[in-house]
Amino acid sequence: MARKVRVLIAKPGLDGHDRGAKVVANALKDAGMEIIYTGLHQTPEMIAESAVQEDVDVVGLSILSGAHMTMFPRVMELMKEKGAEHIVVFGGGIIPPEDMDKLKEIGVARIFGPGTNTGDIVTFLRERFPEE
Amino acid sequence: MDRKKYEDEKKIYFDALSGCGCQDIEYTTVSGEEVKELYTPDDIEGFDYNEELGFPGQYPYTRGVYPNMYRGRFWTQRQFAGFGTPKDTNGRYHYLLDHGQTGLSVAFDLPTIMGYDSDHKRSEGEVGRCGVAIDSLKDMEILFDGIDPGTITTSMTINAPASIMLAFYLCVGERKGTAFEKMGGTIQNDILKEYIAQKSWIFPPEESMRIITDILAFCSNHVPKWNTISISGYHIREAGSTAIQELAFTLADGFAYVEAGIAVGLDVDKFAPRLSFFFNSHLDFFEEIVKYRAARRIWAKRMKEKYGAKDPKSLLLRFHTQTAGCTLTAQQPENNIVRTAFQGMSAVLGGTQSLHTNSMDETLALPSEKAVRIALRTQQIIAHETGVINTIDPLAGSYFIEAKTTEMEEAAEEYFRRIDKLGGVVKAIDRGFFQREIQKSAYEYQKAVEAGRKVIVGVNRFGLENEEIDITLLSIDEEVEKHQKKAVQEVRETRDNDKVSRELECLRAAAEGTGNLIPVIIDCARCYCTEGEIIDTLKGVFGEYKEPLFI
Repeated sequence: MARKVRVLIAKPGLDGHDRGAKVVANALKDAGMEIIYTGLHQTPEMIAESAVQEDVDVVGLSILSGAHMTMFPRVMELMKEKGAEHIVVFGGGIIPPEDMDKLKEIGVARIFGPGTNTGDIVTFLRERFPEE
Repeated sequence: MDRKKYEDEKKIYFDALSGCGCQDIEYTTVSGEEVKELYTPDDIEGFDYNEELGFPGQYPYTRGVYPNMYRGRFWTQRQFAGFGTPKDTNGRYHYLLDHGQTGLSVAFDLPTIMGYDSDHKRSEGEVGRCGVAIDSLKDMEILFDGIDPGTITTSMTINAPASIMLAFYLCVGERKGTAFEKMGGTIQNDILKEYIAQKSWIFPPEESMRIITDILAFCSNHVPKWNTISISGYHIREAGSTAIQELAFTLADGFAYVEAGIAVGLDVDKFAPRLSFFFNSHLDFFEEIVKYRAARRIWAKRMKEKYGAKDPKSLLLRFHTQTAGCTLTAQQPENNIVRTAFQGMSAVLGGTQSLHTNSMDETLALPSEKAVRIALRTQQIIAHETGVINTIDPLAGSYFIEAKTTEMEEAAEEYFRRIDKLGGVVKAIDRGFFQREIQKSAYEYQKAVEAGRKVIVGVNRFGLENEEIDITLLSIDEEVEKHQKKAVQEVRETRDNDKVSRELECLRAAAEGTGNLIPVIIDCARCYCTEGEIIDTLKGVFGEYKEPLFI
């Protein structure tokens, strides 16, 4: 049997809005993926560390506080330092369109904004991991 | 009424109805509650006007808390605002006041909400982003420059550090020559809903409740016009609860505060009149109106019957309303103006005391000046053009509204029984009861949207191909964080640091003891202790909360 796709859902920074993170976590779980949820108020260091330790394929970052241009680049940088560039990073939250473009440039695979169908996230991950 | 004629006509009607077609739509509220095609006198059989409604300003206050309601004065038009530096936000406040706003409402940034100074490592990237950064009394002085706390009321959305922001604000008034007794406003100070939904906690529940009862005691003696807790359903709803859960969990929190106050020996009539509420106004027009009416009735009955309140003011559920941020769409954002107008209208028909209407651009960024002006104008249109203010509680007596109000009251009572069985609100939080209930509702709603059972215009129906957003968004300059870091460091360099150490030491001793913390925190504020220093001192004694994890 193929290994399940392992996904870390993380809440970076001080933002407490976890509705989106938990809805996405539940939807991915229902789609047969393995989910690890970090809980709130994580630093980029804590997230990168968990991603490596838990040996995940994917990290999903949710942030609604406006600190995305600090948190996302820092997580990407730390993952690189730890030799974990292979891990796919996607994100969601209140993120203006121009910032979405900048985040794609630094290697964030996709940003899903408000109103996203969770099915689109599942499809996106299945396309990335077809063999699993 | 001619009973026979009624029964005959009813039979004819329902026979005719069953022969008619019906669209393939799920006729439920946004919370998933069933709604019948028609409500009749049968649905309110045994309805007793005196028991269930009473007159406005009379027990059980279902029709409103004041006899004259909006004939006396409109609701307070209070737009929640804060971003960047205190100076940036001060500019927005002057703008809003110049455009006819009648009260202020402060949005703090996350470091302030979580008790970190702007130059703390954990504040990186967050300073001034989703609210204004306030580190010390100095910042509060700038925030209210040119504004008189003696003539305007200010609401502050702050919870774990509520006592500190209150202290800063009181000191601003003091320096402008306004006595504590004359200052009016609100601190949210509702820590229970933080554990349940909003998740901006610092200390564990028991220690947090001690700070809250200290505030209740201090304000009832020294700041009698201050609303000490704004018991909030807003965030519970935004986190994904249903209307019934919002109502029940919020009132349960309210009762927990009342019980905590009584438990430390306070007279219920001394603090209960200054408790106020904060509800969400969501998409389902009538369900929301019903929620507000049920809330007033439940609160009045319990306060009188269970907690023995004698002062009629203790029985009044006064509330602020904000339209539902979670219903706004990033797609075709101009449509949000319309959603917000309906939500504002239902809050007014439900008898709100103050209102914040959301701006159309809030799923994309903090609101721009233009967007917030349209939101404020929406309230002014409701107040001055639509005529809904002409008569009080215009929907009373509707078979539908009254049947649903009673139904919602009963559903809330059922939740109270479940919470009691779990050992009360704090125990239920520890066991993740509220968190699980809300999470389940949020996921159910998402599934209903994705299956097309619930329609969101512009999202799962009536979307646009290749939509371009063509509204101007507010962006926060990176300079804000640098500026604010420098400002707090300057405060630390220029104040009397010996005095600061002494006051913080007094605070530590007070926290270890049982005396009231608020006067000590005010002393700390006066000599420019920073918020982070005060919080760190308290953390040293109280510890920090750890959330129970589950998905």
